[in-house]
Amino acid sequence: MMTIFGIPGPLLFGQLLLGLINGAFYAMLSLGLAVIFGMLNIINFAHGALFMMGAFVSWMLLNYFGIGYFPALILAPILVGIFGIFLEKTIISRLYKLDHLYGLLLTFGLSLVIEGLFRNGYGSSGMPYRIPNLLQGATDLGFMFMPNYRGWVVLAAAVVCLATWAIIEKTSLGATLRAATENAPLVQAFGVNVPRLITLTYGGGIALAAFAGVLAAPIYSVNPNMGSNFINTVFAVVVIGGMGSILGSIVTGFGLGVIEGLTKVFYPQASATVVFVVMVIVLLTRPRGLFGKAA
Amino acid sequence: MNLSRRTMIAAASAMPLAAARAQAPKPTLKIGCLTDLSGPYKDLAGPGAIAAIRQALSEFGIGGKGFDVEVLSADHQNKPDIGATIARQWFDRDGVDAIVEVANSGVALAVAGVAKEKNKVYLNTGAATSDLTGAQCNGNTIHWVYDTYMLAQSTGGAMVKSGGDSWYFITADYAFGHALQRDTTAFVTGAGGKVVGSIAYPFPGTTDFSSFLIGAQASGAKVLGLASAGSDLINQIKQSKEFGIKMRLAGLLLFLTDVHSLGLDVAQGIVLTDSFYWDMNERARAFSDRYSAVVKGTRPTMVQAGVYSAITHYLKAATAIGPVQSKADGAATIARMKAMPTDDDCFGAGSIRADGRKLHPSFLWEVKAPSESKGPWDYYKRIATTPADQAFRQLDKGACPLVKA
Amino acid sequence: MFGFSRPQTIAFLAMLALIIVCPFVLYPVFLMRVLCAALFACAFNLMIGYVGLLSFGHAAFFGMGSYVAAWTMKTWHVDASIAIALGGLTGGFLGLCLGYLAIRRSGIYFAMITLALAQMVYFFCLEAPFTGGEDGIQQVPRGRLFGFIDLSNDMTMYWVVAAIFIAGFLTIHRIIHSPFGQVLKGIRENEPRATSLGYRTEDYKLIAFVLSTALTGVAGGTKALVFGIATLTDVHSSTSGEIVLTTLLGGLGTVFGPALGAVVMTSMENYLAQFGAWVTVTQGAIFMICVLAFRRGIIGEIGNALKLRL
Repeated sequence: MMTIFGIPGPLLFGQLLLGLINGAFYAMLSLGLAVIFGMLNIINFAHGALFMMGAFVSWMLLNYFGIGYFPALILAPILVGIFGIFLEKTIISRLYKLDHLYGLLLTFGLSLVIEGLFRNGYGSSGMPYRIPNLLQGATDLGFMFMPNYRGWVVLAAAVVCLATWAIIEKTSLGATLRAATENAPLVQAFGVNVPRLITLTYGGGIALAAFAGVLAAPIYSVNPNMGSNFINTVFAVVVIGGMGSILGSIVTGFGLGVIEGLTKVFYPQASATVVFVVMVIVLLTRPRGLFGKAA
Repeated sequence: MNLSRRTMIAAASAMPLAAARAQAPKPTLKIGCLTDLSGPYKDLAGPGAIAAIRQALSEFGIGGKGFDVEVLSADHQNKPDIGATIARQWFDRDGVDAIVEVANSGVALAVAGVAKEKNKVYLNTGAATSDLTGAQCNGNTIHWVYDTYMLAQSTGGAMVKSGGDSWYFITADYAFGHALQRDTTAFVTGAGGKVVGSIAYPFPGTTDFSSFLIGAQASGAKVLGLASAGSDLINQIKQSKEFGIKMRLAGLLLFLTDVHSLGLDVAQGIVLTDSFYWDMNERARAFSDRYSAVVKGTRPTMVQAGVYSAITHYLKAATAIGPVQSKADGAATIARMKAMPTDDDCFGAGSIRADGRKLHPSFLWEVKAPSESKGPWDYYKRIATTPADQAFRQLDKGACPLVKA
Repeated sequence: MFGFSRPQTIAFLAMLALIIVCPFVLYPVFLMRVLCAALFACAFNLMIGYVGLLSFGHAAFFGMGSYVAAWTMKTWHVDASIAIALGGLTGGFLGLCLGYLAIRRSGIYFAMITLALAQMVYFFCLEAPFTGGEDGIQQVPRGRLFGFIDLSNDMTMYWVVAAIFIAGFLTIHRIIHSPFGQVLKGIRENEPRATSLGYRTEDYKLIAFVLSTALTGVAGGTKALVFGIATLTDVHSSTSGEIVLTTLLGGLGTVFGPALGAVVMTSMENYLAQFGAWVTVTQGAIFMICVLAFRRGIIGEIGNALKLRL
């Protein structure tokens, strides 16, 4: 067995892979949060709950309708995204004129309602979701043993994150979005339907979270707590990366996942707190975040 | 199956059960079933345990005995403070006389303390920690069904004998996991093996064990000791297969419902210890058929059978010393239960020791291969039997203050 | 007196009367839980109501106060007053450390940073051996107060907790109606102006934060002794969320709002506990309704209707 710095190869690379996977989820979730915050100036606390809904919808699609994993990857985000649009139109839009803090409180309450309802309906221990046959098994790469499904997760997440970044930074739709973030009345004066843009952005951010949920279902077992387990760390990621920066969220998400993975190899007890320690350091040295714009 | 269980939760927790109503005020014994209704232990205990209580009541025949019985239930959510608060409230405010079940060792220790404080009865069937009859024993608690020593002695001992002499533990980070790891380590090292390492994971709430499994594999140990239970254990076994873990799996606390969840193709060959299996003898089969007539689509686990057994014996003791005296003095009821030999369809004839330990034989089972299984729930074949006097820790070794040296 | 206006004095006396009468009618342990929650909420309200900073991680101070009081009581068998005081000091000291980091930002960032810092404290408590992890610190004796008052009787403990609550409540009120409190209000209304007047606003905010967290620690320590147990639930983010809801429901920035919010929330939890997760759903629904339609909270709405400041 190969060893690096005295650490066995399979252990190091195994944890790195797991770190990348965690990082993939951090990146996708903080990306959605960043997009929503950028456009709507709302901290969407319900993001974790909607991530969980994505996993549940894919489970329901499988168990109630026999729809498998790959169609669910497309269907679940669409369904949850529509639900997100419904939320935006009915509840969230009322908050735009208020202090941002109320947005935080409202979405926090929303997350409690969603999680509570699912916990009532499905208990809290989780339901299994089988890895699709195509992605089952594992590949022995020599220096480590990689379950195929987990490799797929990293790949899919990277593709989706890059696609989102490309849309926002490189297309005219993205340019309009960014302009509307800077100066909404002016963009509206140009004839762009800004409220609809805002609604669609919220739906898009939610769909991103739901997509992450479908990816997570086979790994974590579909359970109502999966969102809240992630969301607190994701907030730290967002603070580190800088609010509203798309690239920042992606890079920080993956990066912190890897750091967490490495910590598990060398000092497992600190692995849960390392993200927050990094956050403290960033706050002390560069309060606006690594990629954030000056406050 | 989901629907009937949900109906049971709604029925059992929405209103207390009352048995035969009589015009003259009869003393009412109140039994509280404090269990895990929504978390990782829901299937092995949960609503099935509540159903087992009802079955024990109906078979005991409350009507003619001169007292009524009321059953309450609550979900402790695997949190010791919630469990302790519910126990306190039940004892103080709602007049509950006996708490039964509690599938969670952390909650169990808290409830045992409250039961002693209020001089009530606590019959533990679900929690595993052998501390309940050891350093934390008291005169108001009886530990039924099994404990971590029994599991360690049976499964741990068997594993070491068959060549598994280096171990790595993945442990649920609370009272149960620590006790199980401790007791199993004693057997492993006692038989000449060694523990190479261990890691504790946050409980409840961890569903992805991949990083712990990778650490285990890298340790080079021959046996992976899984000091967990319920859905945690199910996930660990599944993910072990997913990651191609080559170590031998010791599922130290595996229940019938876990095997059912895993499926025989994944679980086959796993060795486990249970003190009750629905198909183990005539009487057990008869009880299980009666149970399954009510709780459809499933068979009782040893915890649920234990609830039946404990309540049956409790009612016998309460009848013997009189319900009024039983309500007033929990320690006296417990003392009477210890004095009377036990006999029921689930565990056969047995006895209860001075430190609160219920004694019965333990059995080592192996999970059948799919080809060997002849019908639904036909999962185990018996490998070995440990007689009652060796299955549990010796009376003088437990550091129980109730036992005078 | 104590800076209470006339209507407020009446409300205060009404509250006092309730505190004196209730234990003879209701279950004292339940009432003690209400009082601890009320003290926690009042301390929390100091930050959001009067400094304008929403802390989403106050459970860290409550829980650490609880753990420290429980541990010192169980291990060293100190006097109850010392255990609770140590809980308060822990809360204050932790508030100093975390507040120093968090005060640099305001608004949403402050909320998120406090949330993340509290998560760090949670994970620390999960790993640290003295907290007992998932099992918590159990069977904490109530001990004696001032060496001679035996607290194992529920009624005696109740009077002690009531006294602690009243003392805390009046302390907070005194803080608000002092020159220091006036500066805080000025900072809340218009921070740049306060800075231009020469006030070191960061220091004022930090001091207020430390006071708030110290009293929160006292609430936590008291709770540990009442229930004899300190667990991870006390430091969990859901407890932080709950206290925000409690204060919001009662009325942010009002004097009696947090206490009333605590009464409502604790009663609701008690009643709904048998229904499992419905507690969470109801809490979430109340949160949403409050934010959308009921922002002043119960006391706020009453005060608005009667044109009084309560």
